[in-house]
Amino acid sequence: MTAIAPTAEKPAPAGPARTPTAIRRTGDWARRAPLLPALVFLIVVTQLPFVATLVISFMDWNSLYPDQRGFAGVGNYVDVFTDAALRDSVVTTIILTVAVVLISVLLGLGVALLLNRSFRGRGMVRTLMIAPFLVVPVAAALLWKHALFNPEYGLLNGVLTWIFGSDAPQPDWITEAPLAAVVASLVWQWTPFMMLILLAGLQSQPLDALEAAKVDGATAWQTFTHLTLPHMRRYLELGALLGSIYIVQNFDAVFTLTSGGLGTANLPYTIYTTFYQAHDYGRASAAGVVVVAGTIAIATFALRVVSSLFREEEGRA
Amino acid sequence: MSTATVAAPRKAKPTRPGVSRGKGAPLLGLLAWIVGITFFLPVAWMVLTAFHSEQDAATNPPSIAADLTLQGFREFFGATSGASPWPPLINSAMASLVSTLIVLVLSIPAAYALSIRPVRKWTDVLFFFLSTKMLPAVAGLLPIYLIAQQAGMLDNVWTLVILYTSMNLPIAVWMMRSFLAEVPVEILEAAAIDGAGLFTVLRRVIVPVAMPGIAATALICFIFSWNEMLFARVLTGVVAQTAPVFLTSFVTSQGLFLAKVCAAATVISLPVLAAGFAAQDKLVQGLSLGAVK
Repeated sequence: MTAIAPTAEKPAPAGPARTPTAIRRTGDWARRAPLLPALVFLIVVTQLPFVATLVISFMDWNSLYPDQRGFAGVGNYVDVFTDAALRDSVVTTIILTVAVVLISVLLGLGVALLLNRSFRGRGMVRTLMIAPFLVVPVAAALLWKHALFNPEYGLLNGVLTWIFGSDAPQPDWITEAPLAAVVASLVWQWTPFMMLILLAGLQSQPLDALEAAKVDGATAWQTFTHLTLPHMRRYLELGALLGSIYIVQNFDAVFTLTSGGLGTANLPYTIYTTFYQAHDYGRASAAGVVVVAGTIAIATFALRVVSSLFREEEGRA
Repeated sequence: MSTATVAAPRKAKPTRPGVSRGKGAPLLGLLAWIVGITFFLPVAWMVLTAFHSEQDAATNPPSIAADLTLQGFREFFGATSGASPWPPLINSAMASLVSTLIVLVLSIPAAYALSIRPVRKWTDVLFFFLSTKMLPAVAGLLPIYLIAQQAGMLDNVWTLVILYTSMNLPIAVWMMRSFLAEVPVEILEAAAIDGAGLFTVLRRVIVPVAMPGIAATALICFIFSWNEMLFARVLTGVVAQTAPVFLTSFVTSQGLFLAKVCAAATVISLPVLAAGFAAQDKLVQGLSLGAVK
């Protein structure tokens, strides 16, 4: 905290001859002023809609039947908790998020370890690796659905034909393994993200410790488990946390690849259809409130992780 | 040590020798190449298919060496359908660039108040910013739709500008805070002694020094806005349609469409690919909220 601590303690360079409290008070507001536009904007645009969601969630409101608008009590919530489709979508969201984050972190770590060595064309390989993350998500989903997974002319089955000839198996990937198909396309997009963060972590590893380990005759595996992994913990947590934030909310891949069919409808998709196709505003809002409650529970835990990293950092400085 | 959240000691970066050079080294280098090419393959396939005719794009086994043609791109630019891609591309550019600009204008002073002259309980404020990012956007979708409807702001690109600003603001505040925390105290003290006001300090001292960080922030905000589809899909129609929504319109239930979808996907991804490749190092900083240098 070298950059902050000294300035933080310093009083504002305020005018002369003022009482300490007055200085403090104007100083406080002078300090807060630059923060306010961003804070107010964010509260208005992100928090107020949630208040509205909360209100609507207790209403009977289907835009297809505008005359029947009224107070519904907890009816929408009863619907939400007894609705099998919605319960399934909660499970789907959890499976999807955990699978994508876990696989892409592990793959990303493997690739980062490979790229942390010197070999010919390392910069080029890194550039190739980043490309999937830079394809617009909808474009990536369309690419996987039509150019790779398509049972008749997709690249995957094309490769099978190349290898096994005309009687090669030609699976219909999305129908046979819908959730795995969604996971595969997302892992492809998110592994580069994990790789970049983890590679930065590997490169920040102090060299002297690694050399000392080598001098002491530690095997590569011992060095990895005893030095590299502990050092990488915070980078792994950061990658997993950021990945989770984005993948829990994923809409594009599910919408494009399967249109939520075949048991792949996650929560964002289910809420989208309740509101956009069924026009049941009350129930969509109740589902939204449930999602928010669930996210707050998870987010509190996640924030604690970040926060502990944060303290550690402050403590070290 | 800097204030960055998870930062590790920074080193003289450019070339760092590989850590280990054991016996399997050439093989592992080869493996790295294979993995890299495997990940890149779908992108290469997308670009190649974009240059094929619809017939050649839909063969099994794939026709790799088929004649190249610009037909897919002509279709994307409306050769048959007459639908020009320019309005959606311009809408996307507008929404992404303007929202990124507003994000910077809002987040730099906010980051100043969270790092250089921090308010009391600044960590709490910082975590409040991040926590808004954890609330699923979809839960606010309905009221935002209804408010936009009441205000006559449906199918209006400015609605997206506002939403993308709020979507990226928390990330930008986190990133900018870690960059501003690195501005040397001496410079700031010198400016304070010279009697420079907040605005002058921001404009003349902080912005120039933190320029690389600002660029990283802008890059990430641009990418996330350009990519966004859920809000764009629900809140826009004909006039304010963005490029990702336009892209989905190329999938038709009849006839071959693979080449033109690939051409469209290539063109629409191009700005992000170009920006990302050009600023690879910034990408890491940006993605980790400025925590990893």
